[in-house]
Amino acid sequence: MTVNDRLDDREDAAPVLSVEGLTVSIGGHEILRGVDLLLRPGRVHGLAGESGSGKTMTGLAALGLLPHGARAGGRVALEGRDLLALSQRDLNAVRGRDIAMVFQDPATSLHPMLTVGRQITEHMRHHLRLGRAEARARAVDLLGKVRIPGPAAAFDRYPHQFSGGMRQRVAIAIALACGPKVLIADEPTTALDVTVQAGVLRLIRSLCDDLGLAVLLVTHDLGVMSAVADDVSVMREGLVLETGPRGRVLREPEHPYTRALLDALPREES
Amino acid sequence: MSMLDVRDLVVDYRTPGRPAVRAVAGASLSVAAGEVVGLVGESGCGKSTLARAVCGLVPAGGGAIAFEGGPVTPLGLRRRDPALAKIQMVFQDPYASLNPRRRVGAQIADGLAAAGDRETTPAGMLERVGLPGHMAERYPHEFSGGQRQRIAIARALAARPSLLIGDEPISALDASAQAQVATLMRNLAVESGAGLLFISHDLSVVRLIADRIAVMYLGKIVETGPTAEVWAEPRHPYTQALLRAIPEPDGLGRLPEELPGDVPDPADPPSGCRFHPRCPVAMDVCAEKEPAFGPVACWLHPPA
Repeated sequence: MTVNDRLDDREDAAPVLSVEGLTVSIGGHEILRGVDLLLRPGRVHGLAGESGSGKTMTGLAALGLLPHGARAGGRVALEGRDLLALSQRDLNAVRGRDIAMVFQDPATSLHPMLTVGRQITEHMRHHLRLGRAEARARAVDLLGKVRIPGPAAAFDRYPHQFSGGMRQRVAIAIALACGPKVLIADEPTTALDVTVQAGVLRLIRSLCDDLGLAVLLVTHDLGVMSAVADDVSVMREGLVLETGPRGRVLREPEHPYTRALLDALPREES
Repeated sequence: MSMLDVRDLVVDYRTPGRPAVRAVAGASLSVAAGEVVGLVGESGCGKSTLARAVCGLVPAGGGAIAFEGGPVTPLGLRRRDPALAKIQMVFQDPYASLNPRRRVGAQIADGLAAAGDRETTPAGMLERVGLPGHMAERYPHEFSGGQRQRIAIARALAARPSLLIGDEPISALDASAQAQVATLMRNLAVESGAGLLFISHDLSVVRLIADRIAVMYLGKIVETGPTAEVWAEPRHPYTQALLRAIPEPDGLGRLPEELPGDVPDPADPPSGCRFHPRCPVAMDVCAEKEPAFGPVACWLHPPA
């Protein structure tokens, strides 16, 4: 059975997160001008575009992490609940539990002075009200799942004691701590070397397949997109220009801008 | 003889109270006039340190660097050997390498003055890198990242270098600008007869512009060869792993292959071949003796 066969039955699964007509403006500037996206369980949705296209802002808006003074419109519905309409208190209950995020640079997104164990169990104890021992057991299990060697010993270490790739795995473990349904990964491998990137991409793909996680993968790298995403959306200037299955968008792009992005890549003429 | 000849270069970084880190541990490399050499490797492999040593920005701890027949002397407190003005560098971050308070034309004029060029104008240099000449009156903040890197290239070329070095010159740029800027650097260097040492972790761009490729791992160059040959038939297991890890934008959903393990600490490198703890085809000899280099540093490919 190929990857495609396995995923086909997931294509029609009900979306877990739907973004409808999302707009964000800051100080009168429209950053997002009506973004539509559907994330389904067990599928990776890639969001491509250049710097300033609004792809990161889309990811942040889905978590309610908008910059100060930003105004959002439209709908971001997590299993029917509109996150944009939630109070800060209700949003805090959702964030980290049902929807989690992994950032670009694990050197800055992890707390340098807390052990990784503390950073993983904090969410579990807060959201799931787990006891200390239970949270620890679960965290060690998670560290193993993201393939950190010696997970029990790793629990008590600090972020600086890990390499870049391992730190990003720790960041993924933290995101997964409460068993979220949606994972938003913003350029999760951009700060990593290509051989290390390959491992993290494989991990994201397997988490999506095994846990039925819906993943929004924000990346400017169309190679990364092609390797792990099932569906691809291409953004420019706050709008989604094109959405479709990975193979179609990358091989037979409909929008001229997608074609231009692909043509700009350094590839031998074939 | 090559224009640039680096022989068994060693560069150490010393921090009080810590063991010295040997960032470059005996690397040899040459660049001929009109030749584009791509130096690739992952973070911490020493490729930027090698480039900085070639410019005289960091002192060599051992080995020799010869540029146009003369030795490269490290940068002094207030002056750089005037002969080294023929080596120019384009840095990674054009937001940091251009002076924000000076007009770009004035910064390019510095390069022209260094070469004693009274005929070329900054506007003319801007046109060579594909920007309108009238923009010489503007300040760096008025340009995009890709445009700023073009300005940095114009400034470097204004000094009429015989060796141009690009230290990750495209990694801060958008994907769509990367190939353009890299190709521009290649074309301008080759046109002017200069050699280009292009340092990048992005192998697909290096493949596009380099005549020859050198692969670096943990302070050593492990393989060199004509780009097409290395690409079609990489011989060092590290080069093979590096090429297999690149995700292709072909829409096929193929996951790239990872290279297990981490890059060892350069302050405490493994015995024998530096790649052996991660090498899928390591043999007993690999842990004991360091393989000789030429053109592949691997016990499976002894020097011819």
